[in-house]
Amino acid sequence: MLKNYLKIALKVLLRRKFFTFISLFGISFTLMVLMVATSLFDHTFGPQMPERETDKLLFVNMMREQVKEGYNSSSPLSYHFFDRHIRPLKTPEMVSVNSMFFQVNSYINNRKLALDIKYTDREFWDILDFNFLEGNAFTQQDVQSASRVAVINENTRQQYFGEAQAIGQYIVVDQVKYKVVGVVENVPVLRVQSYADVWVPISLKSQEFSKPGLRGTYFATIKARQAADIPKIKAEYAAMMQEVERQQPEKGTKLFSFPDTFLESIARTFLGNGKEPGVGILYGILAGLAFLFMLLPTINLVNINISRIMERTSEIGVRKAFGATSSTIIGQFIIENIFLTLLGGLLGFVLSALVLWYINNSGIIVYADLGLNLRVFAIGLLLCLVFGLISGVFPAYKMSRLHAVEALKGGSK
Amino acid sequence: MITLKNIEKVYQTKSIETVALHNVNLEIPKGEFVSIMGPSGCGKSTLLNIMGLLDEPTNGLVEIDGTPISNYRDKQLARLRNQKLGFVFQSYHLINDLSVLDNVELPLLYRSGTSASETRRLALTALEKVGLSARTKHFPSQLSGGQRQRVAIARALIGQPEIILADEPTGNLDSVMGEEIMNILLNLNRIDGTTIVMVTHDENMAHKTGRLIRFFDGQQVSDAKTATYNFQQV
Repeated sequence: MLKNYLKIALKVLLRRKFFTFISLFGISFTLMVLMVATSLFDHTFGPQMPERETDKLLFVNMMREQVKEGYNSSSPLSYHFFDRHIRPLKTPEMVSVNSMFFQVNSYINNRKLALDIKYTDREFWDILDFNFLEGNAFTQQDVQSASRVAVINENTRQQYFGEAQAIGQYIVVDQVKYKVVGVVENVPVLRVQSYADVWVPISLKSQEFSKPGLRGTYFATIKARQAADIPKIKAEYAAMMQEVERQQPEKGTKLFSFPDTFLESIARTFLGNGKEPGVGILYGILAGLAFLFMLLPTINLVNINISRIMERTSEIGVRKAFGATSSTIIGQFIIENIFLTLLGGLLGFVLSALVLWYINNSGIIVYADLGLNLRVFAIGLLLCLVFGLISGVFPAYKMSRLHAVEALKGGSK
Repeated sequence: MITLKNIEKVYQTKSIETVALHNVNLEIPKGEFVSIMGPSGCGKSTLLNIMGLLDEPTNGLVEIDGTPISNYRDKQLARLRNQKLGFVFQSYHLINDLSVLDNVELPLLYRSGTSASETRRLALTALEKVGLSARTKHFPSQLSGGQRQRVAIARALIGQPEIILADEPTGNLDSVMGEEIMNILLNLNRIDGTTIVMVTHDENMAHKTGRLIRFFDGQQVSDAKTATYNFQQV
């Protein structure tokens, strides 16, 4: 039976080439956009090198101070705040302080090279899971003694040394000479918490350590012993923040700073209201957008399907006359439609792969390494099936209600 | 056996009520070859559709093998059509996208318990019976009218139905091809004992069958054995 349905489906597709093209284009293009978006989302928020254990990681990026009359100011944390309030937290397994990345210039053979530099402690390397191509991270000793050593990424190595080994060699960045101790795989810029071209010991910025105040240029990265500890860490952090708020000299000052997953921190920036990060709202908006985006091609497919099936009233009549029930007819058209959408899905995958390849190689997103992983593939497949069902059920149901006699009368010869 | 009791069929639109069949009482015993004649619009096809369980009467009772089917649901009617009935239409109604063989196999797709190889074997036997063994891989558009109708007959008989309902099976064919089709139907009736009800406009064809029922304005006006029906002629 299935073979018979598929034979017919293929024939119908080939018979109406233009309709088929429109249908397939609609499906594959929509899927392609959704899959590239999913891949970007996954790439940004999912577990990826070097933030592999996302379920155990929290980041603190922001400190917002709200003094009376709604005057707000926000920026990353001060080293002082980290040292005084985050380092002593008891629940985390480990905490790290690291700077935002700064764009600095470097010159190689009179050629200007813009590099992003980040200052980190030793814990940064223990918490995150970089792929080292050469050497290692700098040691606690290096950090304590403010050694001028650097870990560089693959791209920087290429710029400075070509294919040669980098370990033990020197680079000059922003007029400071560093000895290369390690080379890591490129980290995509979307991973703002860990991304840089060059990582150097945080102690090289020790002049900033004693600056008072809550706001500065530092992030905190927190690792939990186990995923279940995350709420406890958040609670401990909240309690600490209350205490800090209470100690503020200016009464009425409100402080907002939260240890968030990366997704939460993004959602909080755009949608959060005080304590709630708004991840639910973010998911809601994304799902809504995806739904709207899929709605148009689906309606279009429903229309095309109706006219495609209408041409086949005679066939429906014949099938009914020879023993097909309404539900068998619905089944047939749904199978045909799923076949069509899976075909569109397949094209969509190929298109997605091409677009992702293009993004990875074009430098639109620095060091992007987008791929069609299994998760994205599964989501895509699910989308295909949803497409097939939504756009097939209504026309199939409509046609299955057709009276056999009417269907036979309306059919072509 | 098909029994129709007090069948009435009324088509109702907003302003007009059309009586297509009025007080029709008929019994078609097993093994009979019945032809139904009458002018266009007299209700012949409606009657055939009601017998074929494709349409419901407004009033009256349809019985198949003594069982009234008025309370049957879509699924039960479909099963009955699949197992007991076969249809041959004036305009063949083959599925153009399927090959001859696939077209013939169609009824068995809806019958559980028949394996693919058995279905294929039965389809080839049915095509052999109508003399089209050499055309199995062709598509309907590659066949002549007579050949298409023979495929349609093969499709009707593959499920070995007790009753074949043929609506003007020779109506679109020239006299030679019409004769061929008629002979196939007569053979089916005579050799396999299949009950056949055929609507026709052709007196000649009608007189080859065993019983001729005439309709006029939705009513049965005569019902008689034909004098010329003779097994030896076939």
